[in-house]
Amino acid sequence: MTISRRALLGATAAGAIMPVITAPWAPAARAATSVVRIGVLNDQSGPYRDVSGLNSVVCVKQAIQDFGAANKGLTVEVLSADHQNKPDVGAGIARQWFDRDGVDMIIDVPTSSVGLAVASVCREKNRAYINVGAGTAELTGAQCAATTIHWAYDTWMLAHSTGGATVKAGGDTWYFLTADYVFGHDLDRETSGFVTAAGGKVLGHSTYPFPSTTDFSSFLLQAQATGAKVLGLANAGADTVNSIKQAHEFGLTGKTRIAALLMFITDVHALGLATAQGLVLTESFYWNMNEKTRAFAMRIKEKTPNNMPNMVQAGCYAGTIHYLKAIADMGVAAAKASGAAAIARMKAMPTEDDAFGTCHIREDGRVLVPAYLFEVKTPAESKEPWDYYKLLVTTPGNEAFRPLADGHCPLVHA
Amino acid sequence: MRGQRNTQIIAFLILIALVIAAPGMLYPVFVMKVLCFALFACAFNLLIGYVGLLSFGHAAFFGLGAYVTAWTAKNWGLTPEVAILLGGVSGAALGTVFGGLAIRRHGLYFAMITLALAQMVYFFCVEAPFTGGEDGIQQVPRGKLFGVFSLANDMSIYWLVAAIFLIGFFLLNRAVHSPFGQVLKAIRENEPRATSLGYRIDSYKLIAFILSTFIAGIAGGTKSLVFGIATLTDVHWSMSGEVVLMTLLGGLGTVFGPVMGALVVTAMENYLAPFGAWVTVTQGLIFIACVLAFRRGIIGEIGARLKLAL
Repeated sequence: MTISRRALLGATAAGAIMPVITAPWAPAARAATSVVRIGVLNDQSGPYRDVSGLNSVVCVKQAIQDFGAANKGLTVEVLSADHQNKPDVGAGIARQWFDRDGVDMIIDVPTSSVGLAVASVCREKNRAYINVGAGTAELTGAQCAATTIHWAYDTWMLAHSTGGATVKAGGDTWYFLTADYVFGHDLDRETSGFVTAAGGKVLGHSTYPFPSTTDFSSFLLQAQATGAKVLGLANAGADTVNSIKQAHEFGLTGKTRIAALLMFITDVHALGLATAQGLVLTESFYWNMNEKTRAFAMRIKEKTPNNMPNMVQAGCYAGTIHYLKAIADMGVAAAKASGAAAIARMKAMPTEDDAFGTCHIREDGRVLVPAYLFEVKTPAESKEPWDYYKLLVTTPGNEAFRPLADGHCPLVHA
Repeated sequence: MRGQRNTQIIAFLILIALVIAAPGMLYPVFVMKVLCFALFACAFNLLIGYVGLLSFGHAAFFGLGAYVTAWTAKNWGLTPEVAILLGGVSGAALGTVFGGLAIRRHGLYFAMITLALAQMVYFFCVEAPFTGGEDGIQQVPRGKLFGVFSLANDMSIYWLVAAIFLIGFFLLNRAVHSPFGQVLKAIRENEPRATSLGYRIDSYKLIAFILSTFIAGIAGGTKSLVFGIATLTDVHWSMSGEVVLMTLLGGLGTVFGPVMGALVVTAMENYLAPFGAWVTVTQGLIFIACVLAFRRGIIGEIGARLKLAL
């Protein structure tokens, strides 16, 4: 090899050392000032980068601008980092942000394991935590904390809306394709419960090994043979996309309705309407709902021309606005001193923003946003880019989530 | 020989001084993470560097150690030292079984068998109820050392981690420089000759394997207490890959190499996090650069340059 060792060493060492020496020292010196610091912690390189990623950061910055923080005398800084979907990396960054960089609130954090790990760091350090990206309902259940608010969705709400509301809309016989791990089984069990409760029938389940399954054909044929009206996909991410593509190739899409239990508009965009048409799914935000959501989405789209915000990114926007509102109300010093106090103030005020409208935050930290059951349009019905959803059923916020008593959150004394 | 000894002792003293001074200069939680991974990499290095066995399934022992420590500390309320020890013992127990099977084959087949067995452990952890599946075991209490000293403070647990790291490090180093270690090196250099000299090489390999997995379990258990979590990341095959990267980068078969490798890899993971996707890209580039330009690794190259055995 003719690569000069010295040149290589010099270049890599200089590149590698730069962030190492600048990162820990620079922010530490500023930690004591009265600037409000918001940390956006999410996946920027892995499977959830389109669901959260840099667009969440854009939404947080937009929220600071829309709130008019500068005019209200608030100085707000935004930090962001990639947790690589590893809980120890996420928890490590969170600790470092609190201890060295003076971060006051962490927002987003997709991936349930990372979301829960960061929640316990925030509880320990008494800093505000607004989770938007993680699905686990544990965040407002057994592992709830006085420092946690959970914004846009959770698995209970998805199962309840997609399961219960689809039956109401006529899809009363179901077959499940389930990823063989806790998340898949939970979604399957919860959704089955809602389907039967609403008067529907579950005709069968196929569980497949997770991860590593890429060929779903035999399961899809089994589903087809039962003649179920709805095929429920109790999986996430690449598995969902693959199973939808294959269902399309097998011609299931015409006769059977496919219900994706965890899917975002960004995934629909990636699949394309030709493949995704007819799919039913639940989100709590759609950019084309009303004047306000359209205005909000257009402000974001200016900055990210190739993307529309989904419910996670909209949740980051709404969460930041509401947090800033609470801070402006209680004073920066008090909010910085105690994350629990800031969260308590947020719970005491109704939320009001362009993305979700007016909502209420429950004492376990659950934001009661309405859940919308959507059907994906056919290419012929879609009139403009990102015009993807038809609204089927709306579940109001106070019915969309797990009842307070069933969550066993220690904060609730009922 | 005598001069070599002295430089090693000096290097040890520098290491101890660095471990003591580090939390003053760097963020303590970060240093603890480095120490846990350094111990893990040292354990791995015992096999690949001194016996020539490339285990591609070391995450299984690391992860099992993490799960057992986290579970016993949380559900049985064991004190940290007992929980970590149990983590090590369970790593060693698993290592006895896996090692017993895997050492019957050599080279690539050995690596593949360890990888396959480790994947079994991974899927067991995905399914088993006690691991919490995707969510992992969360909110593990750090507890009180010997039931007396609270470890809730970052600095107090730091000294525990530093002590565990140094003890593990010396234990491994002692093993390498003992007559037992000489036999291991003989096996690495020429296995048939070691057999012909009358050594039962399978027993030696197995003992080295068990020792390595015990330390790996200890490292995993310590890490789970530091962060208060044990999750699937710890048993995933990419963790096995990361420990290979650390050891190669630092210097295969050197005493201090894995520590340096762990420092570099963890620092990248930590300080490049704000730059998003660059972490994995940089890791890949560094690996390529290492293979092309300095095959002996950072410490290995320094040692060769200074003609020292580090």
